Amino acid sequence: MTLFDCAINQQVKVLGIEGDTPVRKRLIDMGITTNTVIHIKKIAPLGDPIEIHLRGYELSLRKDEAKKIKVEVVA
Amino acid sequence: MKHTVALVGNPNSGKTTLFNQLTGSKQHVGNWPGVTIEKKVGQFTYEEHEITLVDLPGIYSMSPYSIEEVVSRDYIMDEHPDLLINIVDGTNLERNLYLSMQLKELGLPMVIAVNMMDELQQKEIELNIAQLSKELNTPVVPISARNGEGMNELVHSLLHNTNSSTYIYDVQTENILSRIQTLVEETRHDHTHDKFYAFKLLENDELIKKNLNFNETQLNELHSIQRDFCVLKNQKDIDMAVADTRYMEIERIVSHSLCRPCIAQMKSGSDRIDSLLTHKYLGIPMFFVILFVIFMITFGPLGSTLQGFLETGIEMFGEWSTVSLLGLGASDWAINLVTTVIGGVGSVISFMPQIMLLFLFLSLLEDSGYMSRAAFLMDRLLRKIGLNGKAFIPMLMGFGCTVPAVMATRVLENEKDRKMTMLLTPFMSCGARLPVYALFAGVFFPTSAGIAIFSMYVLGIVVAIICGLILRKTVFKGDGSTFILELPPYRFPSFKNTMMHMWEKAKGFLTKAGTIIFSMTVLLWFLTNFSFTLQMVEDPSMSILGNIGQAIAWIFTPLGFGNWQSVISLLSGFIAKESVVSSMAVVYGVGTNAGLETVLSQVFTHASAISFMVFTLLYSPCMAAVATVKSESGSWKFTLQSILFQTGVAYIVAFIAFNLLRIFI
Repeated sequence: MTLFDCAINQQVKVLGIEGDTPVRKRLIDMGITTNTVIHIKKIAPLGDPIEIHLRGYELSLRKDEAKKIKVEVVA
Repeated sequence: MKHTVALVGNPNSGKTTLFNQLTGSKQHVGNWPGVTIEKKVGQFTYEEHEITLVDLPGIYSMSPYSIEEVVSRDYIMDEHPDLLINIVDGTNLERNLYLSMQLKELGLPMVIAVNMMDELQQKEIELNIAQLSKELNTPVVPISARNGEGMNELVHSLLHNTNSSTYIYDVQTENILSRIQTLVEETRHDHTHDKFYAFKLLENDELIKKNLNFNETQLNELHSIQRDFCVLKNQKDIDMAVADTRYMEIERIVSHSLCRPCIAQMKSGSDRIDSLLTHKYLGIPMFFVILFVIFMITFGPLGSTLQGFLETGIEMFGEWSTVSLLGLGASDWAINLVTTVIGGVGSVISFMPQIMLLFLFLSLLEDSGYMSRAAFLMDRLLRKIGLNGKAFIPMLMGFGCTVPAVMATRVLENEKDRKMTMLLTPFMSCGARLPVYALFAGVFFPTSAGIAIFSMYVLGIVVAIICGLILRKTVFKGDGSTFILELPPYRFPSFKNTMMHMWEKAKGFLTKAGTIIFSMTVLLWFLTNFSFTLQMVEDPSMSILGNIGQAIAWIFTPLGFGNWQSVISLLSGFIAKESVVSSMAVVYGVGTNAGLETVLSQVFTHASAISFMVFTLLYSPCMAAVATVKSESGSWKFTLQSILFQTGVAYIVAFIAFNLLRIFI
């Protein structure tokens, strides 16, 4: 499953990020690394982008990026 | 003792506030060579030390993802600052320390300033500074840049720090790094920053690889080390493996130094504000309410009252000068020249209050954290026209001045996005165009001037949207744009910062008014008072400019203002938009605003007045903005294309507006 499939406030663990682009590198640098626990906080009023919470701060990214972030539900 | 100190930190970490606290008013704003990223350098003294503080652009990491990162990296690597201050946001330690770990790899004497200590205290979060310092093997100083707390301690610790050791990772990682370091030592003679090079090579950093000029064998060796590292870290690729290694260390360090009581689970203040400002239904209406309030205050009663005061003052000064000059027995032409200059420069200075108010609000939006929410709200909409939510920031600044707006396009990483935004930003009506609308609306729509002016701003937005759609389908095909933006907590902007920011902009505007417009007014006075044979002429239409204007005025006849006076004011508007009105006063030979209003009401019709306003709104931005576009895009071709594009659009829209209005009014 990907971050895109997650419900709001559902805690998930990052498994990896697909692709091989500078965008991927930036997402990793911003702290989306394997085993990081993240959750979606909010979806923008117009349906995109989304706001996620990780490592004690808030980051906004588009659903297209969220589709590339592989996650699993935290038990 | 003299020292050069570089200040490095994440965006939103309070870097500018710290810089202002340390250097006060002793700062110099310039540009980094080759790019138009603002370079701030400030001086201060501490005991017998003279310190030059260089403010590096706010960055998240040392990878060359954005121009800012390249600038910061090049500065640290090539200019060899003596000392580093790394400012980190104490309320957001994990991500902030990611940059600190990379800076540690450089092996430069560094002090970490943990900012926002006041916020930590408020949230009852205890941070063990001594532990953090021990773990990072770096001096750590708690500060609150906003309240000026910890400044002396920071500088003291900075100057007495001789610790330039690098961070020691786990044994496996260190082994890998030393294997790469052997490779680095083969090609580099200078052994500073070796560990940084090793780490960057491990990350497969293309710039560093190119820089070192490795041969085939060395490259193969590097790649095999990278593969070993991935296996060790149980990761599929090197980017993730390296970042994961750093973040693992950080998590360990933070968990040892931070004891956070359960209240961390409580809803923070920011969340409460956001539940309104980015609310599903209320978010966007609130956004427009905020914009509307800013507009009303800037261009409504407060702004115009202040402007009125200045205008009266300048008029009195003009009269006083005339009287004094007469008293001194000056000749008519000299008096004429002086009053023209006072009138021309004065009409621009009278817009100071509004420009200052506008920049005050823009800086409040930026410093409070709302600007990134605006981008979050507008991304979907802007993406429809092929732009990125971040483009909203330059677009919004465009209402103040196109120059900083074009500079602000560098928040966009994607080249296509940047160029699109640079092309469309000038359609956001800048502050300097306001005098033109104010003048014409006052004459032709005295009862509904506000609506007339507001519709100009709306028209600019509509034209930008239409052009955006067209450009995305033609010139800038394909997607490409991305949006990764931090939403920092809402913070109360610091009074000092806001004032300094506003003053900086106001000063920039004043210098422009004082120099370009002064010389423009003198030049225009000459061109309108002398003929080609350098004879002084009574009738301005016989003057040099009158002749040029007459020669090309026919081009504007289909737009309803094919008279040379309008053409000349538009030409001078290219030098600076502020001077459209003042040069109109000059070419019509009237000294006062009232006189100009009378003339205009005779020359223009309602339709041609609107057409003129529309043309002014959309045609090529001023010289300064064009120069900024050139330096930001690095291409004269693109710059010329953008001028032609905007002027072409202006011509078409003004033509449509004039002819439609002629039928209906």
